[in-house]
Amino acid sequence: MNELLMPAITLLFSVVMIGAAFVSILVKQVSIAMLAAGLVSLLASVLFLFFAAPDVAMTEAAIGSGLTTFLFFFVLGRVRGDQRD
Amino acid sequence: MIKRAMVFLFLLGLGSLFIVFMQEYTPDTELNQTGRYYAEHTAQDIGAANIVTAIIVTYRGLDTIGEVTVLFLTAAIVGMLLSRGSHKGKSLQRELPQSGELLTTGSYLLVPLILLLGAYVFINGHLTPGGGFQGGAIIASAILLMLLTDPLRHFSHQLITIIESVSGLLFVSIGVLGLFYAGGFLDNRILPLGELGSLFSAGVIPIIYSLIGLKVGAEFSSMLVNLSETEDS
Repeated sequence: MNELLMPAITLLFSVVMIGAAFVSILVKQVSIAMLAAGLVSLLASVLFLFFAAPDVAMTEAAIGSGLTTFLFFFVLGRVRGDQRD
Repeated sequence: MIKRAMVFLFLLGLGSLFIVFMQEYTPDTELNQTGRYYAEHTAQDIGAANIVTAIIVTYRGLDTIGEVTVLFLTAAIVGMLLSRGSHKGKSLQRELPQSGELLTTGSYLLVPLILLLGAYVFINGHLTPGGGFQGGAIIASAILLMLLTDPLRHFSHQLITIIESVSGLLFVSIGVLGLFYAGGFLDNRILPLGELGSLFSAGVIPIIYSLIGLKVGAEFSSMLVNLSETEDS
């Protein structure tokens, strides 16, 4: 990959990741916070791929951004269901 | 106010620590001793094209047993906590809205493909990136998709338990067989190493990684199924 492109992409992803992390802490709606946390994991997995670690990237994408995010929504649905009953 | 100041001081300390680390950082131009050993010896000793898999399954196989055990404990504890009060009020299950047409039809198409991808990832763990843990997680995400489509769907707990315990037992017994027929616990040279890069190579690594994949998939699935089946009390 290009000499200049690589650091630029890394920097962009890192900034977006930090931004998404702050969004997930500060935002009031729980569902947006969960999506932002999932976005952090997704970008992290792409970064791992850039750093030539495809095994770690796969784990991060499957568990970090896939299963965990949906698990959060699953539990959120159950908690909300409890409150409404 | 004091709390804020403490947090600020803590962040400042952490930041200065990282700046010191960053100034001392110089990228390595060559592998360190352990890394060089793995890179040079994996191909002829283990016969796995993917060095990461060789490290996870054979060189550091004991750690992998530990990881699988931790995951098993987590799944067991989740099951234990959620099974409380799950037997009362089966009839009180509230009516769930029908899943959308798109989700239902899409899951019919996608679930077999996702299961196939998961199996591919853990069977080819010694050749391509990925392996048991990743493949297991992919399989569990197929189960998750099925649960999202139909939250009341019943999965056989007995089947999940049998898959989980049989693969765990086989994993450890293959490891013990390595003690007698090869160089030590979890040594992969029970079976012939074969040709580097072919599907049937690297001794028992494909078998062990497939077992790990089944075990991890069963553990994640049991967690998801338990979460889904908990009644709203």
